Amino acid sequence: MLQIDKLTKRFGSKTAVDAATIKVDGPMMIGIIGKSGAGKSTLLRMLNRLTPHSAGTIRFEGRDVSGLKGADKRRWQSECAMIFQQFNLVPRMDVVSNVLHGTLNRRSTLATMFNLYPKEDIHQAIEILDRLGISEQAAKRAEALSGGQQQRVAIARALMQDPKIILADEPIASLDPMNAQIVMEALRRIFDEDGRTVICNLHTLDTARRYCDRVIGMRDGRIVFDGAPEQLTTGVARDIYGAGSDFSESATSTEIGALETPKDQTAPAYA
Amino acid sequence: MPVVRPFPVARWGRQTGKRGVALMAEISAGHGPMNVDRVQAGYMEMVQRKRLYGGLTLLIFVVLMVSGFLVAEDRNAGGFRNGIDNIGDYPAAVFSEAWEKLYDLPGLMVKYIPALIETINIAAVSTLTGVLAGFLLAMLGTRGLAKWPRLIPLFRRITDVMRAVPEIVIALMLIFVLGGGPVPAVIAIAIHTGGAIGKLFSEVAENADLKPVEGLQSVGASWTQRILLGVVPQVAPNFLSYALLRFEINIRASAILGFVGAGGIGYELKNSMSWGPGRFDEAAAIFALLFATIILFDQVSSRYRNQLTEGQGQ
Repeated sequence: MLQIDKLTKRFGSKTAVDAATIKVDGPMMIGIIGKSGAGKSTLLRMLNRLTPHSAGTIRFEGRDVSGLKGADKRRWQSECAMIFQQFNLVPRMDVVSNVLHGTLNRRSTLATMFNLYPKEDIHQAIEILDRLGISEQAAKRAEALSGGQQQRVAIARALMQDPKIILADEPIASLDPMNAQIVMEALRRIFDEDGRTVICNLHTLDTARRYCDRVIGMRDGRIVFDGAPEQLTTGVARDIYGAGSDFSESATSTEIGALETPKDQTAPAYA
Repeated sequence: MPVVRPFPVARWGRQTGKRGVALMAEISAGHGPMNVDRVQAGYMEMVQRKRLYGGLTLLIFVVLMVSGFLVAEDRNAGGFRNGIDNIGDYPAAVFSEAWEKLYDLPGLMVKYIPALIETINIAAVSTLTGVLAGFLLAMLGTRGLAKWPRLIPLFRRITDVMRAVPEIVIALMLIFVLGGGPVPAVIAIAIHTGGAIGKLFSEVAENADLKPVEGLQSVGASWTQRILLGVVPQVAPNFLSYALLRFEINIRASAILGFVGAGGIGYELKNSMSWGPGRFDEAAAIFALLFATIILFDQVSSRYRNQLTEGQGQ
């Protein structure tokens, strides 16, 4: 379905993503893990064509999407929705309008300029919001919502695009553990119920283990692990995070469950 | 080595599935088709209302524009439709004469360079003094930064007045008192610049982050130190960009003030224009010089601004 071949991004002399090759055969939930700066975000941004790539190809359902330009490129972007760490909503517009932005690619500029969306789209937007449990907030401004609610609005915008792939770039890194769980469960449900592929950047190991069918580990721009969560041993994890023997999985955790672990974390604060 | 699992790893959709539903329900009390209908109806009503207001506003705008145009057309001495054909006459006359005497143009342009330098000097001096005054007024008139918070309205009104009086009025008054020359022009432009820059700088400073200022306050810094070390580094690129924009505007302003006797290239332009046909080649040369100057300073200032903002990112 999705085939990424030797995708590379260089910033000057620094290589952010080094010949990443990933093959996805069918819909699944994929987690990409690694330290910050490992190239996870750049990889996702290249898939959405937000960031131009330096070399390599991206093929989706047999079509080369890495060379698309203009309207074709924007069409592809509408097919692979993006969710951001900082939600990237328009703060001063109401929630439903933000969700309706998911339809911008199929609407004319003039109609969207005057906020003239069809009634069916508005109804669909509110139904999606209801599915994510935030339809009560429909008429509020996006900026008035909490972080977890804003991220769900962003997910609703992504769903409004009716995408084949959802790319989530650190969707829970700015959220508290409770909201992180709600958002991750929403993403998992999108995969379970709609069968859309979800590719999710995470920097915590346990989240990837818990929600994903496949985990890709990146270190310094290279893919160093690609396999099932069960294959992800502590040794492999240490390798991905470049950590020493004092590394424990709970040190990277933001999950509520991790709070129940005994306090055996002897790692120094600056580790 | 065995896999370390500090907590029971549950695959989503089995054990954790129930918990997820519970969490969702907890966040949104009302849920289900009934609720969706209600929200949809409420939102659609809001959309209809907004569209109605938007349509009405657009209608009022169009009506006002059309009626305003009709009134203006009525009171115009010549009439817009009769006059519009003649709009190209003057430029055409200037161009055709300049074209005939093309070989004179470079010489004429050199001849007017001293006058141009005078104009640029007027603009530079008045920009410098005006920006400094505007900076001070802005800092004294910005909420959160002002030295005397109670006097903020006073300083704001001062900038309002400085901005409200047209340069040409101040210049005419000063020329009457001081006689013609560049000094009245400098004072007139500086006053207007101070008012305009005071407003712009204060808006930029209002958006500046106050945390560094608080940090400096906590170490016992004086007001001037807090402003210079806490605020200025944040706002410098914006301030410089506005100051350079003001410089460009002031070049035009000082050229115009030449028309009322403040010297510089404007004076020469007025002379050659009022002589009518016969000296249009000089007018063309001055126009060319002015265009070149404004383009030059625009390029220089935009390059400078880019450098400054890029330098910030590193």
